[in-house]
Amino acid sequence: MSVQFDHAYLDHAATAPMLPAAITAYAEAMTVVGNPASIHSQGQNAKRMLEEARERVAASVGCDPIEVVFTGGGTEAVNLGIKGLYWARAPRTRILVPGGEHHATVDTVEWLAQREGAIVQWIPLDALGRIDLAALAAAIESNPADVALVTLLAANNEVGTVQPVEQVAALAAAHGIPVHVDAISAYGHLPIDFAALHAQGVSALSISAHKIGGPVGIGALVLSRTAAVVPLIHGGGQQRQVRSGTQDVAAAVSFAVAATAMTAELPGENRRLRVLRDTVIAGVRDAVPSAVYNGDPDPAGRLPGNAHFTFPGCEGDSLLFLLDVAGVSVSTGSACQAGIPEPSHVLRAMGRTEAEARSALRITLGRTSTHADVDALLRALPTAWAQAIGAGMADSAPRAYT
Amino acid sequence: MSGGVDSAVAAARAVEAGHEVVGVHLALSRMPGTLRTGSRGCCTVEDSMDAQRAANIIGIPYYVWDFSERFKLDVVDDFIAEYAAGRTPNPCMRCNEKIKFAALLEKAIALGFDAVCTGHYASIVTDADGNRELHRASAWAKDQSYVLGVLTKEQLAHSMFPLGATPSKAEVRAEAAERGFSVANKPDSYDICFIPDGDTRGWLGERVPPATGDILDREGNKLGEHEGAVAFTVGQRKGLSIGTPAADGKPRFVLEVRPINNTVVVGPKEALAIKEIAGTTYTWAGLAPEHPEIEFACDVQIRAHADPEPAVAQVISVPADPTATPPVEAHTELRILPTEPLTGVAPGQTAVVYVGTRVLGQCTIDRTVSAVPVASVAATDSTTVDA
Repeated sequence: MSVQFDHAYLDHAATAPMLPAAITAYAEAMTVVGNPASIHSQGQNAKRMLEEARERVAASVGCDPIEVVFTGGGTEAVNLGIKGLYWARAPRTRILVPGGEHHATVDTVEWLAQREGAIVQWIPLDALGRIDLAALAAAIESNPADVALVTLLAANNEVGTVQPVEQVAALAAAHGIPVHVDAISAYGHLPIDFAALHAQGVSALSISAHKIGGPVGIGALVLSRTAAVVPLIHGGGQQRQVRSGTQDVAAAVSFAVAATAMTAELPGENRRLRVLRDTVIAGVRDAVPSAVYNGDPDPAGRLPGNAHFTFPGCEGDSLLFLLDVAGVSVSTGSACQAGIPEPSHVLRAMGRTEAEARSALRITLGRTSTHADVDALLRALPTAWAQAIGAGMADSAPRAYT
Repeated sequence: MSGGVDSAVAAARAVEAGHEVVGVHLALSRMPGTLRTGSRGCCTVEDSMDAQRAANIIGIPYYVWDFSERFKLDVVDDFIAEYAAGRTPNPCMRCNEKIKFAALLEKAIALGFDAVCTGHYASIVTDADGNRELHRASAWAKDQSYVLGVLTKEQLAHSMFPLGATPSKAEVRAEAAERGFSVANKPDSYDICFIPDGDTRGWLGERVPPATGDILDREGNKLGEHEGAVAFTVGQRKGLSIGTPAADGKPRFVLEVRPINNTVVVGPKEALAIKEIAGTTYTWAGLAPEHPEIEFACDVQIRAHADPEPAVAQVISVPADPTATPPVEAHTELRILPTEPLTGVAPGQTAVVYVGTRVLGQCTIDRTVSAVPVASVAATDSTTVDA
């Protein structure tokens, strides 16, 4: 059973609405039988569909088709990129990673530290959420020989801050250290040219289909020809022996349709979303003068669809609830498995207090976002904010009933 | 919605009664377990998923609200401090008082809700003047009015208990099954939710530093030593490890835990009989009696599953006593005199006062008076009880 909402959907960073053409292509491709590894002509047909899709996805990130390793989603791509590079670089043990990364990275490197002897070195972020390049350089220089890899987000998924990936890569490349880039939140919002990044020293880059209007359940690790990774999954040896398992032709086809559309629309969408995003910023500031705009205020240093605020004295989850009731879907950032809103570890890494980290709201726009969506948010916000202020912070003592 | 059958059915009934309902699951730990174990029925990720599935079936929105910080301060830390102070607290009661009908209610009201609706078995009755009274559930076997005894008039004004009139838990389970709730046959939870394996003593032992102290008899003679008063609870018989047997050869029981000087007082079973209980922290559930200073007949219940016992109660004024250690300021206390002496009473427990089925109020027990004076135990060799 599904329920259609007429909510204003302002949580595109969580997942984007599927592109209708990608749905159609997905459904049509699912009617075609054939394992792309089969030798008969039906298998060859499936293989043709798969490789066409791979070429189109490769084109969307500026890499060679052979460099696209399809995975079961973005998190698997990040795991393969980080663990795969780490194991291939044994006996080196140091992983350099900025604070405020996505949980796919944070939990992966922490697991490597607990189970595989990795030494994780967190590189500080500045107040805008950008990696401290001097600290990274110092961390590398302290002993370049024992660094297994550097991994970082291309752009922060919560506050939208774009990272200086080329400069990070150059620092690492000077010592032959591989770099993995988690570009999942940037994909579809910033142009990605893997060939150029690889020339700077990037070895691997993760993307995911559902952030750009493709289906959930497929992503890719873009892996340079020269990068060695140890596979996570063993089996039939598909995809350069890196990612075994029967390949999902229909999902790849759908992914490719979304990737092609995204690439064509990217420059225009960027301009459109910036205008819309600036309307959000102005409107929020107007409605709630105490709201603090987080991340890089310079549009050049930020994802175009991202607006991120803290509302001092409010729980982010109170605001989220009240806006939801008013028909507006937004996010507080990341929620753990039990659905409990967590204080934003990104804001904490940017030097903000626990209370500030609990008061965050992320508003993210995408392909289907309209002025009507933004209007709905700005209409609902003043009342929601006043009520959320009244509800106070979760760790404050109740006043009236004790 | 805890993820249990009662709150799921309560939510469904509230919807059918015409209310606009939102399911809220309380996150009481920042590090919840993943899967349910043993007799616990809440607080794991699996339980929150059960709650969400029930909300889905009912067709209501569902959210998780984080009260883990307040729960730690007001319930868990309080539980430890109370035990460390030689008292026997009821954390579920504290949770109702401080979390469900305080922190949660306050947040809910601020966010535009009118009431907190729970799956407790209790009834709210509105009198002719529109005042809300808290009453026992029709099914006395499942009645939970005791743990709601801490609710005040203001809290009751914003509370709903749709299961109060249900004849039995079996009926609630049958209704849950009929509604298609996967939790229809989920086991009831009995243990304290924040003590995962149910080993309260072991859990407390890790949190209250042990300290060797004396075990005394009622006359103050040292009988032995213990390794931490927190390990003892009033009425306990086992684990006293006293070398010398009692003069009368009868088993000895813990009568009192005195954390101030870290001593445990033991004595004969008869001395556990309590003829008077009193507490300075008392509340009225609904309208307060007009003249609480005049002795009134009531029933008193001192544990969630104890029977109510006939008693008289009154609020008495205690004058200041600057010579006492520590000095006492003038105050009032609710004093309850059971008609027959009670056993199993310990400071820290809650005494809930009923008039018929109505919960009149409650106090946290601060002091008790044994029905058996010290001298008479010695004189009568404890074979007769001189009440």
